[in-house]
Amino acid sequence: MSRPISSDKTARDLHRLDTDGAEGSGPIVGGRHGKHDALPLMSGIDRYTDDITLPRMLHCKLVRSPHAHAKIIAIDTSGAEALEGVHAVVIGSEMPIPYGVIPWTPDEHALALHKVRFVGDPVAAVAAVSEEVAIEACRRIVVRYEVLEALVTPQAALARADLKIHEDNRHGNITKHVHLEFGDVDAALAAAALVVEGDYQFHGSTHAPIEPHCAIASVDGKGLLTVWSATQVPHYLQRELAKVLELPMRQIRVIQPAVGGAFGGKSEPFALEFCVAKLAFKTGRPVKCLYTREEVFLAHRGRHPFDMHYRTAFAADGKILAIDAKSLLDGGAYSSFGLVTTYYSGQLLGAPYRFPTYRFDSTRVYTNKPACGPKRGHGSVQPRFALEVQLDKASRTLGLDPIELRRRNFIGENSVTINGFHIGSNGFLQCLEAVVQASGWAEKWGKLPRGHGIGVAGSCYISGTNYCIYPTELPQSAVQMCLDRSGRVRVFAGTSEIGQGSTTMLAAIAAQELGVELDDVRVLAADSDLCPVDLGAYSSRITLMAGNACLTAARTLGDKIRDILAQLWGIPAADIRLEHRRAFSLTNPQVWMPIQEAFIITESKLGLLGSTGSYTSPQSAVHGDYRGGTIGASPAYSFTAHIAQVQVDEDTGEVTIEHIWCAHDCGHAINPVLVEGQIEGSVYMGAAEAVMEHHDTLPSGLRTDGRRRDSGPGVDGLLMASSLLDYRMPTSLDVPQLTALIVQAPDPRGPYGAKEAGEGPLHSAIPAIANAVFDAVGVRIDNLPISPEKVLRGLRNQAGRKPC
Amino acid sequence: MLRLPPFDVHLPDELGAALALLAKHGRQARPMQGGTDLVPNLKLGQTKLEHAVLLAGIDELHGIELDDGELRLGAATGLNALAQDPQVQAHLPALAFAASRIASPQIRSMGTLGGNLCLDTRCRYINQSELWRQALGGCLKSHGRECHVVPGGQGCVAALSSDTAPVLIAYGACVHIAGWQDSALVRRHIALADLYDSDGVRHLRLADAEIVTAVRVPLPSANVHVGYRKWAVRKSIDFPLISVALRLERSDTGSLLAGLLVVSVLGPRPRVIDLKALAGRTIDADLAKALGQMAFDRCRPLPNVPYDADYRRERLAVEVRRLCTEMLNL
Repeated sequence: MSRPISSDKTARDLHRLDTDGAEGSGPIVGGRHGKHDALPLMSGIDRYTDDITLPRMLHCKLVRSPHAHAKIIAIDTSGAEALEGVHAVVIGSEMPIPYGVIPWTPDEHALALHKVRFVGDPVAAVAAVSEEVAIEACRRIVVRYEVLEALVTPQAALARADLKIHEDNRHGNITKHVHLEFGDVDAALAAAALVVEGDYQFHGSTHAPIEPHCAIASVDGKGLLTVWSATQVPHYLQRELAKVLELPMRQIRVIQPAVGGAFGGKSEPFALEFCVAKLAFKTGRPVKCLYTREEVFLAHRGRHPFDMHYRTAFAADGKILAIDAKSLLDGGAYSSFGLVTTYYSGQLLGAPYRFPTYRFDSTRVYTNKPACGPKRGHGSVQPRFALEVQLDKASRTLGLDPIELRRRNFIGENSVTINGFHIGSNGFLQCLEAVVQASGWAEKWGKLPRGHGIGVAGSCYISGTNYCIYPTELPQSAVQMCLDRSGRVRVFAGTSEIGQGSTTMLAAIAAQELGVELDDVRVLAADSDLCPVDLGAYSSRITLMAGNACLTAARTLGDKIRDILAQLWGIPAADIRLEHRRAFSLTNPQVWMPIQEAFIITESKLGLLGSTGSYTSPQSAVHGDYRGGTIGASPAYSFTAHIAQVQVDEDTGEVTIEHIWCAHDCGHAINPVLVEGQIEGSVYMGAAEAVMEHHDTLPSGLRTDGRRRDSGPGVDGLLMASSLLDYRMPTSLDVPQLTALIVQAPDPRGPYGAKEAGEGPLHSAIPAIANAVFDAVGVRIDNLPISPEKVLRGLRNQAGRKPC
Repeated sequence: MLRLPPFDVHLPDELGAALALLAKHGRQARPMQGGTDLVPNLKLGQTKLEHAVLLAGIDELHGIELDDGELRLGAATGLNALAQDPQVQAHLPALAFAASRIASPQIRSMGTLGGNLCLDTRCRYINQSELWRQALGGCLKSHGRECHVVPGGQGCVAALSSDTAPVLIAYGACVHIAGWQDSALVRRHIALADLYDSDGVRHLRLADAEIVTAVRVPLPSANVHVGYRKWAVRKSIDFPLISVALRLERSDTGSLLAGLLVVSVLGPRPRVIDLKALAGRTIDADLAKALGQMAFDRCRPLPNVPYDADYRRERLAVEVRRLCTEMLNL
């Protein structure tokens, strides 16, 4: 068979055909490739938000409340306005419309209106020629407050229904209460061979991304507002900007430049984004705001502290008969994602184990502290800790290997959880087997010398949620794809690359389907003027949702090319492969042409080659049929098992995590290097919060004499750690050895079978460590973090020993 | 990002000029070497200055020399250089070790010995942003009148967090100080332990125009052993939460002739405990235990640095015992 165009030297020269470019081999999807966008970032070519400087740009700083709870009596901005170099000041009354990432709980204002609710709540913003002038201007803004009693513990917030942190809240300080019951829990508890009952406390922690929040706004001559922001949800930002600024969405462009870490801490709008936008309108000049590190800790939205009471019932053979869970969530000053968190605290516990009865009762309350929100493993890391520790306790009492106890309770694939979620693929048993083998569990569990221990835990997470944050039947992800005579492919997607690899994932799918190399794909992401809507980087949704949209778009284009070549070569389209810059016949490899040539031929026949793909999640038969039954339901679930090995210093109580083995079922690894990276990052983050990191305010009544101040500012509500010195993230010397193992149980709902890998691998790291500590020294630490003083106290209680 | 407030920078190339500048500007001026302590404190608004007098260009502040049975360590000696210097490693191994445990590699490459000895005191209520301190209402070392560590306390108890100070005290080091009086350079030297005062607001016994120029350490004789241990949560970056240095002088028969236990991060100055009460005892595991108990009984860490104070006290006992145990076979 002839190759009509490739044999035509002139045509090739004319189109500058690249026939001797290094063609790769091996698969792109599933192959070990570097991160698509890594080099431009590492070499300083790509830009983070703060790297952007616009002509005539002003700098914004915020005035923040020194009180944890106070009424705003008056704000005098005249001193600031009189300062040379100050262009505008904005206060809360200029943006009175409340917002909130969850449309049902809009309880935040860009700047506090009548009340401040935590130390650091912003009350005014200044735009000035430099940050220095803006800082000085902020000092000159005088805010008069009427200080109110601060409620800094969830128990106090519950008890003081008379002192509402949000006056218009319906039930005291309760932001959300969820009570769901499946089956006869009490009967199961009464009939059980064993009931493990206990209190568990999960402490707060924060994301601490290395890049602080930053936003820039600019308004063009026609009133189009452009906001560049270090966000992971450009679409929600665009929506909330439209609401608060009372602009049509079409008049707002949101661009998310490269982001230096997010982990859930940038997944809703923040004060700075509204303030720069408002100030850009007021001044007619671009305005930038970059948070200080302290402001990042104040913006927070980190892991909710949970007080949990759990009862788990077992049969004599270790089968779980019932789980009865009660949780109190410390929400901080605002709702944030709290409605979802409260549901997730119970809804996401339904796998990987089967249990016939289940009740959970979760209450989230407001407190006068920075608002909690979603941190990697949103809402389900805390209950997972309680349950997995209870399973360990049960295995000890029943004399069962904890691995065996988990195997016996496996829910299986293609199953339905007690709360009605439909599980597809499920590689949990393979995960368990992988960590058992890799860690040498059989030789170690219960056999290590005192002071050394090993522990296991398992978990499950979602690959996105079936239902959007706002009610809609619109697609949750969409991709536009275009290719042309250059041989290059462009992918337009609203996806947020936050380091997790969404850009690489999209490039891999496009390259795989269209027969180009990874470097031939340009992904243009997260620019609302250029890209279709994607809901953002949260709930581990992008690989499954945007991946499917990308796959649809790429296959549409690939089919067009194959159809044209089939006509040209007179062979069935199904015989044609597009791979590594070539189009060829699978049955007759002599028949081939460079992919660029195939693009040219197809474009010459069909015109510009573009396609779109959308992802809409399955809307039926995937979730429970009850109020709240949709919240937390996912198209596909990932599974994880962790084994941790620790050493406990019995003199100091210090726990050294020696090794963590983590096996994660991601369905199909589109890029194993990145999946391993996500496993490693998740495990380190989990291990860090298990033993080191703690985000909270100083305990109330801190003063050792128990005396409280009568008036003036108090210590209530001050952050314990508001710098990276005091908030102790582990250094490279403090992290354990780590073995990341990929398990692949492909799910028909994922692209190539892929499920999530970005959050699931965090969950069970924490209970695995706690269980290992028990194996080492027989001390249970049920209130996190596992700090040396708690371990030491446990050892003392155990031995009745005295200090020294 | 926190902004560094503006100030004038002076780079004199001789000591007299540096001291004259410090004398001229009084409290508005501060000497600066690596800046790793001063710059963050300036950014937090915790320290204010109009003039920074950089000492890097002054030759006599540099260098490590063996001189008349003493090792002279210039105040501008970098912390990495100190940790890696062969003479320091040979003669004062515990100092090399302590220097190697300060902060992080990047900070050690900027920070200096003089700066580490003259570190400002630290406290959870002072090393905070302006907003935080405003919310607190200030403290003795900030803009307030109240101590939050010791309720009703009249003196600031912010802690010295120097890693090199306790170990150098154990080595019997002496600090050389240069000052400026009547337009003339004046020199004096004092025992390092006497450099520190018990007031956390002004914990260095230095006059306004005085700086530390060098540390002189007598070479320990063969029967003198010095060791250092630091406890911090992380293995890098952190200031010590408790630190101990121990000096043991051993007799021919293996008993204790004399010794010092230096405990730091308690308050503004290291606590120096003379071990004469234990003289004559065999240097063994029992002594290690006794020293741990002694530290526990005589030191009471305060809630001034961000960690549970009761735990720090227990940890201190363990660190002292372990330090002595490490030194048994020397």
